[in-house]
Amino acid sequence: MTTSTVQTATAKKPRSTPKTPDSDRAKAENALGRKLVAPAIVLMLVVTAFPMIRALYLSLFDYSLTDPDERSFVGLQNYVTALTDSLFWRDTANTVMVMVVTVAVELVIGFAFAMVMHRVIFARGLIRTSILIPYGIITVVSGFAWQFAFSADNGFVNGWLPFVGADFDWFGEYGSSIVAIMVSEIWKTTPFMSLLLLAGLAQVSEDMIEAAKVDGATWFQRLYKVILPNMRAAIMVAVLFRALDAYRIFDNIYVMTAGANGTESISFLTYRQVIEQFQLGIGSALSVLLFLSVLVVAFLIVKVFRVDLSSARQEG
Amino acid sequence: MHRFDPPGPRRRRALAGLATLVCTAGLLSACSGDDGGRTTFNWYINPDGQETLTAIAEACSTDEYDIEIQLLPTSATDQRTQLARRLAAKDSSTNLMSLDPVFVPEFANAGWLAPFEGDLADQVVDEDVLAGAAETVEWEGDVVAAPQWANTQVLWYRKSLAEAAGLDMEQPVTWEQVITAAADEGATVGVQADRYEAYVVWINSLVQGAGGSIVEDTEAGRDAKVTIDSDAGRAAAAVIQQLVDSGATQPGLSTSNEGSSLGAMYEGPGEFMTNWTFVYKNYEGAVGQPGGPADEEQFRDLGWARYPQTVEGEESRPPVGGINIGVGAYTEELDLAQEAAVCVTSPEAQGQLAVTDGLMPSRGSVYDSPELQEAYPPDLLTLYRESVDTGGPRPKSAYYSQISSALQSVWHSPTGVDPDSTPQESAEFLRAVLDGKALL
Repeated sequence: MTTSTVQTATAKKPRSTPKTPDSDRAKAENALGRKLVAPAIVLMLVVTAFPMIRALYLSLFDYSLTDPDERSFVGLQNYVTALTDSLFWRDTANTVMVMVVTVAVELVIGFAFAMVMHRVIFARGLIRTSILIPYGIITVVSGFAWQFAFSADNGFVNGWLPFVGADFDWFGEYGSSIVAIMVSEIWKTTPFMSLLLLAGLAQVSEDMIEAAKVDGATWFQRLYKVILPNMRAAIMVAVLFRALDAYRIFDNIYVMTAGANGTESISFLTYRQVIEQFQLGIGSALSVLLFLSVLVVAFLIVKVFRVDLSSARQEG
Repeated sequence: MHRFDPPGPRRRRALAGLATLVCTAGLLSACSGDDGGRTTFNWYINPDGQETLTAIAEACSTDEYDIEIQLLPTSATDQRTQLARRLAAKDSSTNLMSLDPVFVPEFANAGWLAPFEGDLADQVVDEDVLAGAAETVEWEGDVVAAPQWANTQVLWYRKSLAEAAGLDMEQPVTWEQVITAAADEGATVGVQADRYEAYVVWINSLVQGAGGSIVEDTEAGRDAKVTIDSDAGRAAAAVIQQLVDSGATQPGLSTSNEGSSLGAMYEGPGEFMTNWTFVYKNYEGAVGQPGGPADEEQFRDLGWARYPQTVEGEESRPPVGGINIGVGAYTEELDLAQEAAVCVTSPEAQGQLAVTDGLMPSRGSVYDSPELQEAYPPDLLTLYRESVDTGGPRPKSAYYSQISSALQSVWHSPTGVDPDSTPQESAEFLRAVLDGKALL
């Protein structure tokens, strides 16, 4: 079994090696494979590609749902409007800031949790479950819970923090509002990060750690020289997934501030244009820009970590 | 014996499947509005006066159809969004809907409301319907909804406060007089200045009270003329600035709403407050309770007057609100649904809503009915009726939501309003928004 896996991997990997013509059986298997995945591909195109193409098409129009007769073709005008509007850049900056801060904090806390889950000896199931519980809670519910927690009237946060007054209004201004939103976000998704990191931690060979220990490496040296380099792929996947997730932040903002005090994210701006204002043209342009910016974020993360995605899937 | 054996796993699965099928079929038939030959119309209502509306729905159900109540969310924005999403998807089960008057033009323009035609149109808007209310249901020459109840704002105040300040409330008063009187007496002026629709209601009435408007030629859609950058716009901004600078503002002015200003009436010297018609029934039912009048005598100290003037000598234009009943354009049994809409907006139904829930009628004759005369002081009824009749509606535009949001974004917070810059800035921004050249 192991041998065949290795053989397949090696056969696929080197692109430079001369290609041997496929046997009839391989051709037949490939044809069958194509037939088997065809329905899935068609379905994917219908549910994914169609809305994207439709959004792309609509973004070229000045089109309000409540004024269908006035629909007119404006070319790329909606993109120019969006990209030259300070509101778009303010919301983009806000979204990037939330993404960077939450992912950074979650990476540190998530790694600590992963270490605890990996090494814990007693009450293993209980501890793992406790750490993972927040991720099982629906984001809207956790948003409401944190909104109540930060409330100046009946929340407990003001009582716990000695440096804020008892009636401090967390949702009164930008700084404190965005902190409250990020706390909720971090609480909710750190378990997801720790779960991915735990999987990476389990891949690190105990022999290597043992060898480093024998060589006299301290705990920090083992962490930096052995554990983290061997977890690079897992960390990259965790950061990539969470960063993309954080970039489309919507629920917490919707529940906690409804975009007040400039806490709007780029997806919230898109939602307001399409759902609240019924402006399908500019709203579609924003959703296309959102899609493109997600691609840019994903590309940058992959580049920064210089990790081959196939190695992250253990194919290399 | 065999027939009474407990069903095996396969048979159980088959039975469960059959049961699911039957239930689903039942649900589907309920959705499609066909219940054994009788049609079911869904009436989407906002949460005001639920019990009375349920009773009205039952009373208006006939042998041919049942009217079933469906509840919309509390916020007006969410109500609009939910209805719009259904209608944009051509939902045939959205039959009757309670609509805030400002949403009528955009829903009608989108083709989501079935116009009342012929006799039905004459029944829905006849001479008995107050002019302010009738104006809110007409779009491009069609009657697109039926007025059910009409809301308006009046000036509520403590008689003792006005007396102490030497204000003659028998005569029309101006905002300036009211603000100065409140400031002199250490009292407050209650308004709605949170960043939401009611703030636009206030701004609109101030502008109209000075003889101007926010936009004109609204039927031109995006090409409407933006006219807020005018003397009237500056007069409106001056009132807001005067209130902010007077020291008569209530705590949390920039988040104040209809409810938050209620509590100041019976605290200290009291307040002057512009608010909707529900205030009277609210205080009447709160005698001896926290936030309400301490006793009957204090309740009798509650005074009411016409909405204050923006400019001295120029008649004020009180806000007009309320609810109109629209009929979904995709309704299958349209004639019956419109018949149902006429029934739920009948004078009897309107009287019931006014007496029980303080939701005032849109028909003049109902104000004269014995039930209403008994439930309200006669001069208050006259004031309500006059206010609705001569009130100033908000812009009737398919782009109202954008107009409102654009205004909120420049005029909020009230502490930053400046007559020299705010009207001009909001006019430029609104123009850019309507032209699709600025994000909102």
